[in-house]
Amino acid sequence: MDKTNAIISVKELVKKYDDFTAVKGISFEVYENEIFGLLGPNGAGKTTTLEIIETLREKTSGEIIVDGYSVDKDANKIKRIIGVQLQAAGYYPNLNLVELMELFSGLYGVDIKPMEMLEKVNLQDKARAKYKALSGGQKQRFSIATTLINSPKIIFLDEPTTGLDPQARRNLWDLIIDIRNNGTTVVITTHYMDEAEQLCDRVAFVERGEIIALDTPDNLIDNLINSGFERTKEVKKANLEDVFINLTGKEWREDN
Amino acid sequence: MSKPYNNTKATLALAKASFRSIMRSPSAVVFTLAFPLIFILVFGFLGRGGVKVDLAIAPGSDLQNPIVKALEQISVVHIIKDKDPAELKTGLEKGNIDAVINVQKNIQDAPAYLANVQYTSASIDKGTILKSVLNNLMYTLNSKDIKPSIAQLNESTVQGRVYRTIDFILPGQLGFSLLSTGVFGTAFVFFSLRQTLVIKRFFATPVSRASIVFGEGIARIGFALCGAVFIILIGHFFFHFTLIHGIITVLNMLLLAIIGLIVFMGFGFVVSGIAKSESTIPPISNIITLPQFLLSGTFFSIDAFPSWLQPISRALPLTYLNDAMRKVAFEGAGLWDVKHQILIMIIWGIGVYAVAVKVFKWE
Repeated sequence: MDKTNAIISVKELVKKYDDFTAVKGISFEVYENEIFGLLGPNGAGKTTTLEIIETLREKTSGEIIVDGYSVDKDANKIKRIIGVQLQAAGYYPNLNLVELMELFSGLYGVDIKPMEMLEKVNLQDKARAKYKALSGGQKQRFSIATTLINSPKIIFLDEPTTGLDPQARRNLWDLIIDIRNNGTTVVITTHYMDEAEQLCDRVAFVERGEIIALDTPDNLIDNLINSGFERTKEVKKANLEDVFINLTGKEWREDN
Repeated sequence: MSKPYNNTKATLALAKASFRSIMRSPSAVVFTLAFPLIFILVFGFLGRGGVKVDLAIAPGSDLQNPIVKALEQISVVHIIKDKDPAELKTGLEKGNIDAVINVQKNIQDAPAYLANVQYTSASIDKGTILKSVLNNLMYTLNSKDIKPSIAQLNESTVQGRVYRTIDFILPGQLGFSLLSTGVFGTAFVFFSLRQTLVIKRFFATPVSRASIVFGEGIARIGFALCGAVFIILIGHFFFHFTLIHGIITVLNMLLLAIIGLIVFMGFGFVVSGIAKSESTIPPISNIITLPQFLLSGTFFSIDAFPSWLQPISRALPLTYLNDAMRKVAFEGAGLWDVKHQILIMIIWGIGVYAVAVKVFKWE
């Protein structure tokens, strides 16, 4: 895979709300078939940036090209080749998962077998359940399943693991890696650095609407060490999460 | 990916999803079906009696005489016997009994009987009815053997269609059902889809805004028409609701229902746009539906309202839907015969949708 083949290119993106500038002229590229992480504190502008690329928000200025299409002219063409998981989204009330899948296949204009899509995220047993009745991890898995309906080239995941327990989180990592291995580019935002380190090929740190660092996790860590940084506490070969997983098991739980 | 995007498919997928959702929503079913049906049941049974005058026979009154026998034959008069004087007194004072009659054999030769009737000021209307019934009865009894000296009255009644209470109540209830489904249903669904970010997720798919509106509209119209057919069938088979041309009449009524519903859904779009929170939807919707419910001839004919109120009634869209429905169902009018009513509904529709386009919010 040619790593330098950019599938998303963002140039000088600016987004202003009334008197507040959420995104201050950021530029970056996402390469085909990588997992790209946008990291940063709440309010840094990650979600805004993502939603502008997803054509859900208007930008103030700048240029964005997604797989050769401009967000200004070809928003609808972009929508057909991307899958979007929103940080906060609802699903049509009173419908079960199969019916929601049928709805989305109509909205994307594709023919899919709802059960096959649910199997991809291991929700086949919940086919007749309502979205509301799912646990946090199941909800996120269902959301990801809806992003895969149109066999997208790129999927956007906005904080997919926030609020999940360690098992559910690891599950989701496996799922995301599977999706990437099937040839899909993944753009993800997260607050968890261990997650970014595990999952992402490259990460961008966003702070107050600007990108302050962009590289592979390894390079970023090496750079810091080379500058003379040392942890105050010596790192052991395992951490508390490893203990937790070791004690409680890695299996998918009925309710996660 | 090369296949062109199919808007119809998206619209129908949405319509199907929305229809399923409405069918599973208790409030939609209650408003569209249960309320109108309860009113129809109540009025359907109420309407069977017609006017009845409660006439008590005083204790000690003669019972074997032509007057009492004739009164028993009159359908308007309901004869009450075996009450003691105290019961009669309180009955008259409260208006539970409309009058008391006491018939006695005359001790003198002529006339054969003396009939004393006591009315009550608590029930003047029915007293008046009874008075004319009695006058008529006495005239017939007294003049039985006499040839009229001036003119003989010959009466006959043309056998026409029976206009039952249901013929008035059912179209009104149907209109009310369409109004509440249109306003409440549309307002709630678009507000909550927006609030729960369902619409935001839709916007991340290639679906167009028109498809979302049309899909929802088709589902709501489909649901309301199912409700209308159900109400009409119950009315027809259980309460003899008149459908002059049978199935044609039903189809005409359904077409009117669609026109009405589209107008009422416009109100719903407006409400969903101006409501600040979920709890403000019912009051705003009620401001639109209640006056029409009360003033548009749902329960009473507009002609019964005081004259200052009638112009207000005649400005409301539901008035014209009810009016057109009654004409179509009972008088057998075609849609062209009610073009005036349809035109006014269309004018309302244009006005409402002009406002809706301005205030409707997607996000």
